Amino acid sequence: MSEPTPAPGDTAPTFSLDGHDVPFETGQTVLAAALAAGHYIPHLCYHPEFAPHGSCRVCTVKIDGRPTASCTAAARAGAEVDSRSDEVLEMRRRLVQFLFTEGNHFCPSCEQSGSCMLQAVGYALGVTNAHFSPLFPDRPVDASHPDVLLDFNRCILCELCIRASAEVDGKHVFDLSGRGIDKHLIVNAESGRLADTALAVEDKAMSVCPVGVILRKRRGFRVPIGERRYDAAPISVVALQKKPRPSAAPKEG
Amino acid sequence: MAAEKKKLRVATASLAGCFGCHMSLLDIDERIVALLELVELDRTPLTDLKRVGPCDLGIVEGGLCNAENVHVLQAFRKNCKVLVALGACAVNGGLPAQRNHLDIRDCLQTVYLTGHRVRRGFIPNDPELPLPLDKVHPLHDVVRIDYFLPGCPPPADAIWQFLTDLIAGRTPQLGHGLIHYD
Repeated sequence: MSEPTPAPGDTAPTFSLDGHDVPFETGQTVLAAALAAGHYIPHLCYHPEFAPHGSCRVCTVKIDGRPTASCTAAARAGAEVDSRSDEVLEMRRRLVQFLFTEGNHFCPSCEQSGSCMLQAVGYALGVTNAHFSPLFPDRPVDASHPDVLLDFNRCILCELCIRASAEVDGKHVFDLSGRGIDKHLIVNAESGRLADTALAVEDKAMSVCPVGVILRKRRGFRVPIGERRYDAAPISVVALQKKPRPSAAPKEG
Repeated sequence: MAAEKKKLRVATASLAGCFGCHMSLLDIDERIVALLELVELDRTPLTDLKRVGPCDLGIVEGGLCNAENVHVLQAFRKNCKVLVALGACAVNGGLPAQRNHLDIRDCLQTVYLTGHRVRRGFIPNDPELPLPLDKVHPLHDVVRIDYFLPGCPPPADAIWQFLTDLIAGRTPQLGHGLIHYD
């Protein structure tokens, strides 16, 4: 949401999003332009500080009738974008349900509950169950690091930590390994243990996880229920506020 | 002399749950009086009836962790026109399902034989005890579920909203703050 919002009366080109004219700048994506103009489109792997990734597909819209990830689609003047039809919403719900099915998402015992983007997107889409039979994968946690816990059960493979560690921290602490359903997050150490990587708590990679994988130790449940990121207002409102994204490394206090 | 409006017959059960969802149902407080104007109770922990009969609505808390859970759920499905999964455990297995990555034999041995301070232990094998399943399952793994009401527990206001919508013939709609997974 770093893009400036064109002033009213500006001659910026526009596309139509569910009947609303949305102005955009050349090169801007449909998602970025929509968010800048105050229209929420659910998304998980998109982060305004990083290049669009297009992997989670939760931001899928229909552009001139064709399903497309809005975070990677360049805005085109006159395009008709459908983000609200039952068909689009049902696609998004299924994608989110796949994520809940593939991992172990036990919200009642998760430190990020209430501040989790996956959960908040589920609420926004009215997802009440995972629809499919849960896979219950075996994903042991990595508690080796003195200050950081890695709970792989919740990973949705958005690659934000990978991108942050590589592009901002210059450390390449995280990566993905395996294919298909076996794809999983790994850390860059011969031992495979987080403690043996260069990760530090100040790293950008600590603050970009949209779910509850990368957690500061001894900080869990510090924020009381009622004050968590998505308690007061749904993500469709919070995502349009110019605040930093949910962080697994809440500041002291 | 108009016939009294027929009350909806409702059954509830707690399977692999903690009764927290039933407690949350009771948290509707005095609204339960209004509710009882609209419904009559069949099998439920509140009546202590042990068998479910033909019902309009079945509400099931908890997932499936043993054979008896499965039998009760199947009886509910057979007897209830509308079946609701109430709470996190019914919806996705919840806390009991966190044993699913462990071997059931190892679990039983650790708890009853080799665990800390266990002396002269044995794995319970009374035929009265239902056999545990090797994995804990959400309800929709075994029967068709018509509605899911997540939460640990679902808030009383969500249960109230859900029930009043359903009884009035509306599709239940839970807005922000009423739908939550924790």
